[in-house]
Amino acid sequence: MEALKDKLESSFIVFENDLNGHSKSHAHKVRQEAFKVFEEKGFPTKRDEEWKYTNLKPILKHDFRVLNKSENAVDFKDVKRFFISDIDSYKLVFVDGVFSSWLSETTHERFDVCTFSSMLHKYDEVTEQYFNKALPENDSLAAINTAFAREGAFIRIKKNQTADKPVQVLFLNTAHEYEVMNQPRNLIVIEENAEVTITERHQSLSGRDVFTNAATEVFVERNARLHYYKIQNDALNASLIDHTSICQKQGSQVHIGTFSFGNKFIRNNLNIFLEEEHTETFMDGITVVSDGQLVDHHTLADHKVPNGYSNEVYKGIYDGNAKGVFNGKVMVHPNAQKTNAFQQNNNILLTDKASIDTKPQLEIFADDVQCSHGCTIGQINEDALFYMRARGIPAKEAKALLLYAFASEGLRNVRIPELRKKLNRQIANKLSVDLDFEL
Amino acid sequence: MLKVSNLHAGIDGNEILQGIDLEIKPGEVHAIMGPNGSGKSTLSSVIAGREDYEVTQGHIDFEGEDLLDLEADERAHKGIFLSFQYPVEIPGVTVTNFLKTAINEMRKAQGLEAMAANVMLKKMREKMALLEMDKGFLSRSLNEGFSGGEKKRNEIFQMAMLEPKLAILDETDSGLDIDALRIVANGVNKLKTSKNAVLVITHYQRLLEYIVPDYVHVLHKGKIVKSGDKNLALELEEKGYDWLKEETTV
Repeated sequence: MEALKDKLESSFIVFENDLNGHSKSHAHKVRQEAFKVFEEKGFPTKRDEEWKYTNLKPILKHDFRVLNKSENAVDFKDVKRFFISDIDSYKLVFVDGVFSSWLSETTHERFDVCTFSSMLHKYDEVTEQYFNKALPENDSLAAINTAFAREGAFIRIKKNQTADKPVQVLFLNTAHEYEVMNQPRNLIVIEENAEVTITERHQSLSGRDVFTNAATEVFVERNARLHYYKIQNDALNASLIDHTSICQKQGSQVHIGTFSFGNKFIRNNLNIFLEEEHTETFMDGITVVSDGQLVDHHTLADHKVPNGYSNEVYKGIYDGNAKGVFNGKVMVHPNAQKTNAFQQNNNILLTDKASIDTKPQLEIFADDVQCSHGCTIGQINEDALFYMRARGIPAKEAKALLLYAFASEGLRNVRIPELRKKLNRQIANKLSVDLDFEL
Repeated sequence: MLKVSNLHAGIDGNEILQGIDLEIKPGEVHAIMGPNGSGKSTLSSVIAGREDYEVTQGHIDFEGEDLLDLEADERAHKGIFLSFQYPVEIPGVTVTNFLKTAINEMRKAQGLEAMAANVMLKKMREKMALLEMDKGFLSRSLNEGFSGGEKKRNEIFQMAMLEPKLAILDETDSGLDIDALRIVANGVNKLKTSKNAVLVITHYQRLLEYIVPDYVHVLHKGKIVKSGDKNLALELEEKGYDWLKEETTV
């Protein structure tokens, strides 16, 4: 662990030297401050309340290269499967941390779909207004990302614009002989009454371990609408920590879906800050994992003002010795009257070796609110299974159909039909059945 | 078609069926009547292949094949259908999806190709009309929030779609008002041919006014204590089950 910390410290010096004329920029001041946070706090341990159920140690002991400078060429045909390929979309593709104009399709016409690095170079005012304004300041892992923030997606939809097609953001890690840690950084700004749909995916093509410590800041201005889907289906030697913080202004709507099927380790820190009134937020999640996988969802709906609505539905299916964590925090500040917050986390454990720690955490300081939560941990309903088998559906398919039905509520807000199909296929694949679910 | 011989079965070490003999031929309607706890539902579950029950002695032959060697779904593929006393609610699976999966799994097992969507839809419409069911039914989650009558109607609808050789109707009349009972019974009668058979399991004689049995068997303490024709059902209705207890203890 100290080894990785040391390495990050020396890499940060190299990183700074590499910045040439930009080391005096505002962005870099933010980076330096963030790095100080990490230096002081170090990596979280199981003694931290937020990391009580998830042990980071097995990941940190790897010998990651922090600044991976050798990018490999990628053929479209080799990575086509990681896209939702049958739709027209903007694409932002990064290969080993470097933007691939060859695989991407950007725009600056009515709105910006381009890179974080070009944003840093071109739009000082954007950097000053938004960079590191949404992520929690004292999170040392998010701080590492901020310290090394250089590349990722920059999406800005201007006032009253609706993006004419979805934006697919894909981060690829190609094959290397060494283990790699990377820090993709995204900034999404949806201006007043604008709308966009975004998908995000991190994919390793390497046989060696990859540790992605990604961070995304999203600003959803008044009456703006965001649909954001995270597809977490990476290789089983890949680990992902995703920090996503979303700030919502008056009348805005956010639908965010997190679909976790792959990786050996996933930690999501999803924070929604409701800063003005009459916002709507939907957080959905489907997790289907098996042997050797861990998925930890930490979510926050931070109701700072009155009349906010948040609705969270997370479904989990754990097979083999898979481990899950769900920590859903709903914070209702003293003046956040008429808050309506709903949270539900349902889990099925398919074996007695699988486990889930689920913790709804409601902190309510206002009195005129509606808050409800429920979490369940169960097994497959044997009566339902027999009922289906008595109709001629074999055990395996019956089980899969039941599990699919259980999980599918998490797809309720997926509005790209092709993505829905893809997710259906990924779920079927995880349940090892060949069922035509989308009937 | 079905031949049950000296069947002993139980659950968690309690023997519930204590030597059942029953033979059903194509074209026949049999009724099994008996008081609560006599083993009626156990018998239907064991024939359908519920794994919770352990068969300790005896055989069940279905068209010359040993049924006890087969899984529940394999038995369904052979043409056995159980209409559940308590149909299970399955949120998230629509009636259409469920039936489509069931029919195509059945066809797959029989070496047939999947049924074309338009053919299936046509058939569904036809059978729904037979059971006086509303179209909106198809897109509802299976049994979820269905009334007692809707659940039972849905069972017979599935039976109509799957066209089994042997249909076991387990307490299909419970929870039905008289109109629903008539519709359900009418559906069953319309589906009846000289090649298939029906086993009606019921506590009351009421259903047998509509689905008229060729044979009536009285089950008591896990044994068939009396068999006869439809008049036996009337006799039971009149006298209740108490006289049986006296008769069998003598």
